[in-house]
Amino acid sequence: MSTLELAQVSRWFGNVVAVNDVTMHLGPGVTGLLGPNGAGKSTLIHMMAGFLSPSAGSVTLDGRPLYRDPEIYRDVGLVPEREEMYDALTGWRFVLANARLHDLPDPEAAARRAIATVDMTEAEERDIRTYSKGMKQRIKMATAIVHDPAVLLLDEPFNGMDPRQRLHLMELLHRLGDQGRTILFSSHILEEVEQIAQRIEVMVAGRHAASGDFRQIRLLMTQRPHQYTIRSSDDRALASAVMAEPSTSGVELVTDSAGGSVVQVQATDFSSFVHALPRVASRHGIRLLEVRPADESLESVFTYLVTR
Amino acid sequence: MNPVVASLTSRSLLGRKRTLVLLLLPLALLALCALARVLAGLDAGIERDLGGRLGPDLLAAFGIAVLMPLLSLIAGTGSIGPEIDEGSIVYLLAKPLNRYSIVVTKLAVAIAVVIAFGVVPIAIAGVVLVGEVGAVAIGFAAGALAAGVAYSAVFLLLAVVTRNAVVIGLIYALIWESLVGGLVPGAQTLSIQQWSLAVVQRVLGDSAGRLGVDAAVGFGTGLVLLTVVTVGATVYAGRRLQTLRLNDDS
Repeated sequence: MSTLELAQVSRWFGNVVAVNDVTMHLGPGVTGLLGPNGAGKSTLIHMMAGFLSPSAGSVTLDGRPLYRDPEIYRDVGLVPEREEMYDALTGWRFVLANARLHDLPDPEAAARRAIATVDMTEAEERDIRTYSKGMKQRIKMATAIVHDPAVLLLDEPFNGMDPRQRLHLMELLHRLGDQGRTILFSSHILEEVEQIAQRIEVMVAGRHAASGDFRQIRLLMTQRPHQYTIRSSDDRALASAVMAEPSTSGVELVTDSAGGSVVQVQATDFSSFVHALPRVASRHGIRLLEVRPADESLESVFTYLVTR
Repeated sequence: MNPVVASLTSRSLLGRKRTLVLLLLPLALLALCALARVLAGLDAGIERDLGGRLGPDLLAAFGIAVLMPLLSLIAGTGSIGPEIDEGSIVYLLAKPLNRYSIVVTKLAVAIAVVIAFGVVPIAIAGVVLVGEVGAVAIGFAAGALAAGVAYSAVFLLLAVVTRNAVVIGLIYALIWESLVGGLVPGAQTLSIQQWSLAVVQRVLGDSAGRLGVDAAVGFGTGLVLLTVVTVGATVYAGRRLQTLRLNDDS
C-alpha cells in the first residue's frame, strides 16, 4: 500500500505555468486524471514519476521525495505516453531486459508473468516493430509491472486504442487496482475515466478543478447551467413561454448573422428543461425548427468546473 | 557498467543505417593506404616517401584528424542521442540504476565501436603503409585510441545536452578539430587531435622528428588534458542525465 502525496505543487517553465498549486492525495485503487489537452496532466505525471522537480511544493511517495532518486523505481512503474521502444527487440526480450534492469532475482519468471498478465504470451516472440498500437501499449504495460510495483502511472494509455483493446486495458487496470496498487492514469475523455476510476481528479489549465467520485464529477458536469440556441416558427412567443418554466433562468432574443432571430435559453436544470421544452412548444402551437446546445465542448465543461 | 544497458545500446547503435557510414570510413582509409602501397611498388620514390613522412602524414591527416572524430561523432552521439530523441531512454531512467553507470556503459560501447571501426583499421593501415608491424602502426593505433576515447566522451555529453548534437558535433569536428586544430598554432593546444598526436609522438620516440610527427603539446600535458576532458565530460553527462527532462509530444 503506497500513497502519493502532492502538496501545493506548482511547476512552471519560464513564464508558462504548467501546474498551479495542486494538492492531491492518491491512495490504493484506480484514480483517473481527467483534463483537456494541455491541462498539465503530463507535467503532473512526470513529477510523480520523479523526472521533474516541482517549482514549488512537494511530491512524495510514502513521505519520500521522488525527484532525482532512482531507488523509487523499485516501487513505481511508468507507462509513458510515447510509443517508441527498442523496436528491433522481440516483446519477450524487451520485457526481459526491463526485468534485468530492475535487478530482479528471477527476471525470466517475472517477465513471463508480466507478459501473461497483459495477455501477450502468444505474440512475445515477434519484433516490437510488427506490433499494433494496442499490442505496443500492452508490452509497455508489461515493462511497467514486471517488478510488481505498488504504484503504477500511465500517461494517456487509451490513446489510439480500438474499443476492444480499450476494454481489455480497463479490465486489467481494474484487476491491478483491486490488488491494492495505487494506479493513476490520465485521459481527456470522461467516459473512459468514469468506467474504471473509483476516483477522478480533474485538471484544467494547470489547476486542480475538481476531485471525487465519478458520480459527483458527472453531476457537477450535468448540473451546470446549460445554454441552448433555438429556432422556431415564433421565436418571441417561444421566448416568453419558456421563461415561465422553472428550469429556465434566462432568455434572450438575438438576431443571427443571416438576419433571422434565434432564442437563447439558459437552463439551470438540464434534464427538466429538455423534457419541458417540447411540451411548452406544442401547448403554444409553436414549431421547433432547431434546438442546439451551445458550447458543449469538453473545454467549456472543464472551464465551468474551474470558475464555479 | 551494466550488461543489459550495454546490450540495448549496442543493438540500437549497430542496428541503424547511419552505422553503415561506420564501415565506409575505415574502408576508405584502407583503400587509400592499399593504393599507396601499390604505387610504392611501382615507384621507388614513393616507396622512400612512405617509409619517411608520407605514411605518418596520411595516418595523421586521414586517420587521427578525420576518421576518429567522425567515427566518434557517430558512435558517441548514437549511443544515447536517438534514445533521448525518441523518448525510449525512459525505459532506462525509470529503473533503479545509477545514472553514471548508464553513461559509463554507453561510453564503453561507443569506445568499443570506435576501436573496431577506427583503431584497428588505423593499425592495419599503418602496417600496410610502412610494410611492417612496428612503431608507426602501434603509435598511431595508440593515438587513435586516445582520440577515440576523448572524442566519444565529448560527443556523448553533447548528445545528452542538446538535440542538435550531430550538427554541432560535426561543425566542431570539421571547423575546430580539423581546420583550426591543424593550422592555427595557439588553438592547437586545445585540440584533442594534437593531444592524441602527442601520444603518437611518445610511442615513436626519437624517430618522431624524422617521420614529421610534431604535436603542439608535450606527452604529459596531452595525457592530462585527454583524461580531464574524458572524465569531465562523462561526469557531467551523468549529472545531466539525472535531471534529464523527458520531452513529450504534447
